[in-house]
Amino acid sequence: LTTIPTPGADLAPVSPRRLSRASTGADAVFTVGARTVGASVLVITGGVGAFLAWQAYPTLRRYGWSFFTESQWQPDQDVIGIAAVLCGTVSVALVAMFFAFPLALLTALYISEYAPVRIRSTLVALIDLMAAVPSIVYGLWGFFLVMPHAAELALWLQRHLGWIPVFQVHDTDPGAATWDATRYVSSAFCAGIAVSMMVMPMACAVMRQVFSQTPPGEKEAALALGATKWGMVTSVVLPFGRGGIIGGTMLGLGRALGETIAVVLIVSPAFEVKPRILEVGTSTVSSLIAGRFGEASTSQLSALLAAGFVLFLITLVVNTGAAVVVNRSRSGAGVD
Amino acid sequence: MTLTPSTTQPPSYDLAPPPATVLPSYDDDVAPAVPRLGLGKASPDERFAKVGSWVAGLALAWVVTQRLLPLDGLPWLLIAWFSLGVAVSAVTAGMTGGRIEVKDRVAESLVTGAALLVGAAVVSTVVFVALRGWRPLLHLNFWTDDMSGVGPKDGFDTGGILHAITGSAIELAIALLITLPLGIGTAVFMTEVGGRFARIVRTVVEAMTALPSIVAGLFVYTVFIIALGQPRSGLAAGLAISVMILPIIARASDVVLRVVPGGLREASLALGASRWRTVWHVVLPTARPGLATAVILGVARGVGETSPVLLTSGAAAFLVTNPTDGVMNSLPLFIYSNVRSGEPVAIERAFAAATALLILVLVLFTLARVLARPRGNRPPLRSRLARRRPSDLETR
Repeated sequence: LTTIPTPGADLAPVSPRRLSRASTGADAVFTVGARTVGASVLVITGGVGAFLAWQAYPTLRRYGWSFFTESQWQPDQDVIGIAAVLCGTVSVALVAMFFAFPLALLTALYISEYAPVRIRSTLVALIDLMAAVPSIVYGLWGFFLVMPHAAELALWLQRHLGWIPVFQVHDTDPGAATWDATRYVSSAFCAGIAVSMMVMPMACAVMRQVFSQTPPGEKEAALALGATKWGMVTSVVLPFGRGGIIGGTMLGLGRALGETIAVVLIVSPAFEVKPRILEVGTSTVSSLIAGRFGEASTSQLSALLAAGFVLFLITLVVNTGAAVVVNRSRSGAGVD
Repeated sequence: MTLTPSTTQPPSYDLAPPPATVLPSYDDDVAPAVPRLGLGKASPDERFAKVGSWVAGLALAWVVTQRLLPLDGLPWLLIAWFSLGVAVSAVTAGMTGGRIEVKDRVAESLVTGAALLVGAAVVSTVVFVALRGWRPLLHLNFWTDDMSGVGPKDGFDTGGILHAITGSAIELAIALLITLPLGIGTAVFMTEVGGRFARIVRTVVEAMTALPSIVAGLFVYTVFIIALGQPRSGLAAGLAISVMILPIIARASDVVLRVVPGGLREASLALGASRWRTVWHVVLPTARPGLATAVILGVARGVGETSPVLLTSGAAAFLVTNPTDGVMNSLPLFIYSNVRSGEPVAIERAFAAATALLILVLVLFTLARVLARPRGNRPPLRSRLARRRPSDLETR
């Protein structure tokens, strides 16, 4: 028989259960542990940035704007400035991107659209492997294999395009019977070629990933309407992948700005603001640090840290811009 | 009443009679049917035009560079071949089609040419380094000896890179010990715990991936060696590598964990598992291949980076196994210092060490690819081999 429970008089009045999302037991340990790990990583990584800023501050206050406009780096005479090294950094990075951008874009297009399907995954692995090759290997390649040819190319550029200020080389006669090769090696141009090999696979990997996510329906629609393959690429793939193209290029640029060892191997240091990329001698922020940290006193170390901080800020801006562009664009959907 | 099939004409309505079915009849004189060519494939004409244009381009390039203009050497021939080949294929495309076909053909040539150029650059890098450094690699002592007491001009039958390999391994182990728990732990925190604080951590970690490697080295140099007064050591180098690759590994692991399907997590939670068990038994095993790839690629980046090691470890010529004991060498640093010495023998040794470094990176990379391969699609290698042996032989 069914009995209806009757609340006894001695029972406490019914009240809603208290719900809590706070974790208990092992979960609480897990949450707290994960939070601790996150906090410690925040402290470590954020600490590096904060430390750099803190160390850079005395130098920036002491030299003021002249730190950015002075081109000499002579701590003995209390003359310190990063105009020349910044100019060198930018010119090496621009040369690198001049070679890396078209190659990365076309290679990404080849892999995602033109390559036979059978070898596609092999090519993807090859590009990833290129990105993992140590930079010192590219430095060796650039120094011993490419530089002699790059010097010839530089001479040719000076002979035929020498009226453009960028391609001028001072103290040489381009028409001479025997050319002075030493004026054309160890330049920003040569370093840029080696650096381009480092940043190209990075940019290419990002672009290829975005291209491969182009909706196949839209590609087939373009082909069904009678577009040639190139017409399909320009009307569907490139507009869809615009975010990836810009983002990948900027990521590569960020890496090119901070590249050290290949540049140190190739360039001969010179502290001079010059846009003449073919001429021997230049300096980048990272090669300055690599060359001068050994004999630096505490105050000079602070100056080097300030230079490193400025470089970090520049790459930070470039990388953040890249992330924003990739995330904003339509191709960013689903791309992490 | 019986049903008898009516053999008479159907009752005629005032309509045209329905068309009779016609059986297809085979005509013996018609040539046998051949399978149609694939619609997407190029016809023989087109293929001939494509290949012929490039052959014509090569011939023209030879005439131009070797006979007409003073442009000797292989590079000019290749450049001329490429540009003339593009031009000739544009002309042949223009003979049969319009502007659109010309553009298509030129674009295809450019894209393929660029890919070939990149491939040539990769192959030239690897082959060049291996060709210049293969001689020391053949000596056994190159792998089992260190450089103590060996001058830069001494032959290859003395000295080796054991100390550099050991140093690299130790520094890498230190870096892994630090970054593996911290990096993956942070990624777990950012994806599984979440909240406002996790967003801050993610922003900072993403920002710090922009840290140039030399600045990471300079940071450890300033703090650990100058401020704390420690000697240059393998430990300092390991710390510098950690500072450099920690954001990289954390960010890559974060990306991997974020693509674990939410349905898996919810299913586990719905079955009553706690959040901790969900992470440990569902999320991390699902993401295992991706995490392995993220870590190994970060490690490959760390092992090849010279600049942090250059500032922090100092170069020892002898075998050091204690990371706190003072100067220690590593492969990138060994290569750098030997190249810088300018001695031909030392440079050749540097190339040999670079080949060893390339092999190391290749091994790490292959490991990452093997671990990242999705499981379940293909049975493991051993069972595939076992299955093939008897049955295949019988059927063939």
